[in-house]
Amino acid sequence: MIETVARVNLMVNEVLKIKKNRLTPDNITGDEKRIALVSGIYGDELQGMYICYEVIRRIKEDYGSLTGIVDVYPYINPLALEAKTREIPGPELDMNELFPGAKSGALGEYAASCLIDDITSSEDGPKTEFCLDIHGSDLYLKEIPQIRMNDDMVDEIMPYATKLNTDMVWIHPSNQVKNGSLVYELNQRGVISCVTESTSAYRIDQKYGNQLVDGIFAIMKALGMWQGEINQVKKPHVARDNQVTYINSESSGIFIPNVDVHDRVEAGMLMGSVINVLTGTVEQKVIAPTSGTITAIREYPAIEMGSLLARIVEL
Amino acid sequence: MRQKTIFSYETPFSGEHNIYGFVYGAGSYSDPSEAEPSAAIVGAMRGNEHQQLYICSKLASRLSEIEEHGDIVHGKSVLLIPSVNYSAMNANHKFWLSDDSDINREFPGNPEGTATSRLAASLMEELGKYSYGIQFPSYYMRGRFIPHVRIMKTGYESTNLANLFGLPFVMLAEMRAFDEGTLNYNWQKAGTEAFSLYSGGTSRINEEYAEIATSAVLRFLSRMGIIKYNSMGGNISTIMEEDEMISIKSESAGFFKRMKNVNVEVRRGDLLAEIIDPMDGHVLSEVRSPVDGIIFYQQDAPLIYQNVVIFRIIKKIHK
Repeated sequence: MIETVARVNLMVNEVLKIKKNRLTPDNITGDEKRIALVSGIYGDELQGMYICYEVIRRIKEDYGSLTGIVDVYPYINPLALEAKTREIPGPELDMNELFPGAKSGALGEYAASCLIDDITSSEDGPKTEFCLDIHGSDLYLKEIPQIRMNDDMVDEIMPYATKLNTDMVWIHPSNQVKNGSLVYELNQRGVISCVTESTSAYRIDQKYGNQLVDGIFAIMKALGMWQGEINQVKKPHVARDNQVTYINSESSGIFIPNVDVHDRVEAGMLMGSVINVLTGTVEQKVIAPTSGTITAIREYPAIEMGSLLARIVEL
Repeated sequence: MRQKTIFSYETPFSGEHNIYGFVYGAGSYSDPSEAEPSAAIVGAMRGNEHQQLYICSKLASRLSEIEEHGDIVHGKSVLLIPSVNYSAMNANHKFWLSDDSDINREFPGNPEGTATSRLAASLMEELGKYSYGIQFPSYYMRGRFIPHVRIMKTGYESTNLANLFGLPFVMLAEMRAFDEGTLNYNWQKAGTEAFSLYSGGTSRINEEYAEIATSAVLRFLSRMGIIKYNSMGGNISTIMEEDEMISIKSESAGFFKRMKNVNVEVRRGDLLAEIIDPMDGHVLSEVRSPVDGIIFYQQDAPLIYQNVVIFRIIKKIHK
């Protein structure tokens, strides 16, 4: 059932609506568990669109196997998605800093408040057991499928995170899981939540998407919400912040990588070059400072001194 | 005056860029003199902070005159950094061009991090040497407001010194989550008496408020014994908590027709603005003052969303 969880009058002749699709079993017993899938918090992250679609499609294909409630919020920042901007256009606010929001607030805060209320409410169904906030990296980096979580919530989140079929679980204080983010505020309210990142902004990677969808069905299976077959999920590598090596550029120019995500590199190996397109010379050879697996690689080629080129994790 | 390079970087398509500071009272390159780092002033951090850069240009002109007359107190010096993000201003862009990061969220910075993080680290290294710090940030809401000194309640703040600017108001504000990445917070943490001076606007030049801000900075420098400068006494500042102001929000979305300006005394029930339907021109809502007081802030966008703050009023106060 399609519902509108927030509506705000825009300035000229338009109403902003945040919608969800609630998928419920044909026969309600009252013992159902409920999960929420959220995507589109940034207007340049499209990976979640495919994942939301594919989850709904697979459920509809075998509706009789659904024995729990799945709430899908595919695009919670519709104005930014329409405008192809990361932040909310106009006020240029980062929506993932506005939670829990306020009913008396402006557009972003109001929408954030409505969303939090809808996910945490148990008025028209059971309380949400688990929420996955699906991100799609940013314009600059391509990332392997991963879960990110704060180190103070490891015990609560890890049982879910390890089932989501990602390549890595990264425990760190990232800006996706800080005060003011959807996931942080939901965890504060007793809804176990985590962020997933994969691919890069403005892109859909179907392979990664299908991988995460398999993980979502594995969670549904574990919670008794799905009686159908599921694909086998992989056990992710768990990385602490101190196991992640950042490679920042020391020059400016165009980055030509020699490696891709998932590649194994050895210390001293050439990872790529920073080139000068005017003089036709190599400004910097980017050498792996440590051995490990590339979990993120620069996607947007124009760089300056300090630009993040890659992350290496000893998996 | 001595020009000092605070930070250098290269962009892929425009080559080398330098962030410059200008030191008054420490001689010249050819004839440097010993001077303590007394006060540092930081202007535009974002590409739309035209008013902030304009104030710095006025200050640069005045400080040059003061220096020429020998009125920088012997052994003292003032550092002025007019713009730390002029590339964004040239490209008509608000944030750092290459990655849209906001420098005023990158402090204290990391010398091995991204460009803005490295810039923040270089700035902190230089600015942390100074006893007093003045920054001209832009207000977090678009619009016009009364010039004021804003101090975050970090535990390091000094309201007594803030009074010495002689501006009408000193606003005490609670810290928000993102404040930990701002220059002001980290400057205070580094031991500098740091103040944020809000100068009336951002992307448009307000000559009257720019003059008020320039005078306030020179008054402060004079009162701290850094320059010899005879200025009018200014105001005995009213110190108030930011949260005590009354915020008025838009009940509807549409054209915002203002009837009253900032710094105007209003009575309860006075008509402050109308919100008009852009399609048929009828008045969707009248905005009336809920209290007696002075308009501190006023939204200046032609079109507004529903539920945004359009006025802030300091209640029960007279001019």
